[in-house]
Amino acid sequence: MKPQDTLHFSYQALRAYPGRTALILLAMCIGVAAIILLTSLGEGARLYVIGQFQGLGSNLLIVLPGRSETTGGAPPLIGTTPRDLTLDDALALQRSPAIKEVAPIILGAAPVAYESREREVTIMGSTPSLLSARQLELASGQSLPDSNPRVATAVCLLGETVWKELFANRNALGEWVRIGGSRFRVIGVLAGKGQSLGSDMSDMVVIPVASARNLFNAPSLFRIIVTAESQGQLAQATQDIERITRQRHDGENDITIIAQDSLIGTFDNILSALTWALGGIAAISLLVAGILIMNVMLVAVSQRKAEIGLLKALGAPTAQVLRLFLTEATLLASAGGAIGLLLGLGGVLLLNQAVPDFSAQPPLWALIAAVVITFLTGLLFGSIPARQAARLDPVAALSGR
Amino acid sequence: MTDPFITLRDICRHFQVGDETVHALDHVSLDIHAGDYISVMGPSGSGKSTLLNALGLLDQTNAGSYRLEGRELTTLPEEQRAQVRREKIGFIFQSFHLIPRLSAADNVALPLVLTGMPAAVRKTKVQQALAGLGLQDRADHRPAQLSGGQQQRVAIARATIMQAPLLLADEPTGNLDSHSSAEVIRILEALNAQGITLIVVTHDTDIGKRARRQVRMVDGKVVADEH
Ligand SMILES: Nc1ncnc2c1ncn2[C@@H]1O[C@H](COP(=O)(O)OP(=O)(O)OP(=O)(O)O)[C@@H](O)[C@H]1O
Ligand SMILES: [Mg+2]
Repeated sequence: MKPQDTLHFSYQALRAYPGRTALILLAMCIGVAAIILLTSLGEGARLYVIGQFQGLGSNLLIVLPGRSETTGGAPPLIGTTPRDLTLDDALALQRSPAIKEVAPIILGAAPVAYESREREVTIMGSTPSLLSARQLELASGQSLPDSNPRVATAVCLLGETVWKELFANRNALGEWVRIGGSRFRVIGVLAGKGQSLGSDMSDMVVIPVASARNLFNAPSLFRIIVTAESQGQLAQATQDIERITRQRHDGENDITIIAQDSLIGTFDNILSALTWALGGIAAISLLVAGILIMNVMLVAVSQRKAEIGLLKALGAPTAQVLRLFLTEATLLASAGGAIGLLLGLGGVLLLNQAVPDFSAQPPLWALIAAVVITFLTGLLFGSIPARQAARLDPVAALSGR
Repeated sequence: MTDPFITLRDICRHFQVGDETVHALDHVSLDIHAGDYISVMGPSGSGKSTLLNALGLLDQTNAGSYRLEGRELTTLPEEQRAQVRREKIGFIFQSFHLIPRLSAADNVALPLVLTGMPAAVRKTKVQQALAGLGLQDRADHRPAQLSGGQQQRVAIARATIMQAPLLLADEPTGNLDSHSSAEVIRILEALNAQGITLIVVTHDTDIGKRARRQVRMVDGKVVADEH
């Protein structure tokens, strides 16, 4: 039998049973689309989180008050309540040669008003180092004064959203805004940076750290952002931070230092594993589709026993009958795979349009795996009933036995 | 005298039904010559179909020897049995066994497709075969759109398209009215007149009597063989 005749015969057989064919195609393309969509989601989540971390800048260390034991352990005993981090603690860190910049941070919320407009926003008290450490840029004006950070000055930088809301895109430089109960002069506007680790940097006002201390009447820092001189100095910087802080805190090691790199690495690993797991779940769904295909093919074989018997009575060799059924399975697999691929990629496109911040994309391995698994399941689960069909004796098959 | 076209020697076929053994063919021996016209008759369950299936290599036998053109077939592997079926034997069934989704022409072409004949060559052969049986207007019809007589004629065209020397028919008129039956028998006899060896299983004594040689079976044995 010529290959094109085999193909044509199988194609006609598939068209003769549209319900069965549609069912198998549906199962296949759901399986393939599921693999693509789920792995895209996983991969998108990974890229999103890594992007968020990289938005923080590299060489970054974050110092938090309190010791958080990631390995569990007993709850802190009485008397070991961690000390607050103070501005002096932060400024002391500048002694370390491994440390390039130190940005102490006080965080609070307060209404910001200009003329008749008012908006409740996050207020971040810090030093000029904040801008370079978090890779923030000025759209206009100048940064915070580089003078003694212990001195409060009544100046502020507006985030892009705050500026647009309060000034309706008009010039803000030199204008006075009211933050809480005090007046601050606008000396700069930040360029839009968008989301960074969950905090919307554009809906925020930055003021000198000493001013924030006065405004919120709170001497303690929310955290300290430290940049090392280089990536290679991160370990040295970490050691120095611990040593200096312990000296200042009566020998207590009561801070937590988070290195951005290790965080990224951890999240990367977790999220890669998640993507694989999602891919695995989807692969199982394709396997289920394969079993469905086998069932439907088995039914098809018994429905078409007389036809198989006839083919054998006309002198079709066993291998030819096998080939006919495998061709059917392959046709189903390619059509189901192709439709599933289109559906999956279309779904990813829709998803990306619906959630602009999220760029889901299927990893290459998932695409290849989806196609390979489709063909394997199609052939494997198609060949079992095909084998059964081809083994039948012509009389037995003809009489439907 | 020339070697017979077919020699059957002590062919046995038994079926195990529960703890009972049914001897469907019980030491059947026959010599069949090329161009013979044989009818096989006998009561229901006497083994007529089993004999025809054995001759058509549609079924296994349990013992005995079956030689066709001098070649022993009982020991052949399945691949070669398929080849013999393809090239030497045409089979006609009581229930036609046409593939419902294929047109009359495609049903007739099926044996040619299996041998790998190019489509263009196939087409003229099929057209000739259909025309020879008065079916030229029905080439594109599906079996369901044809009468029983027409369907059996399509089946005859399919069984003879390979120009196999042996034509086996198991109650070919069993599902047909008397007019269609006469038509089918006329076609089969015409084919026999052209040299094909024809073996017809039938319940109809009028049809059976027309054959030059009449074999009668009872309980798996040949009890009469009239030339
Ligand atoms: N697959 C089978 N399994 C068990 N017994 C069978 C099988 N095929 C045939 N037989 C038995 O073998 C015997 C001969 O059957 P066969 O079909 O050859 O009879 P027949 O002469 O063609 O009958 P009919 O005229 O009714 O068609 C019967 O007793 C039948 O029951
Ligand atoms: Mg019978």
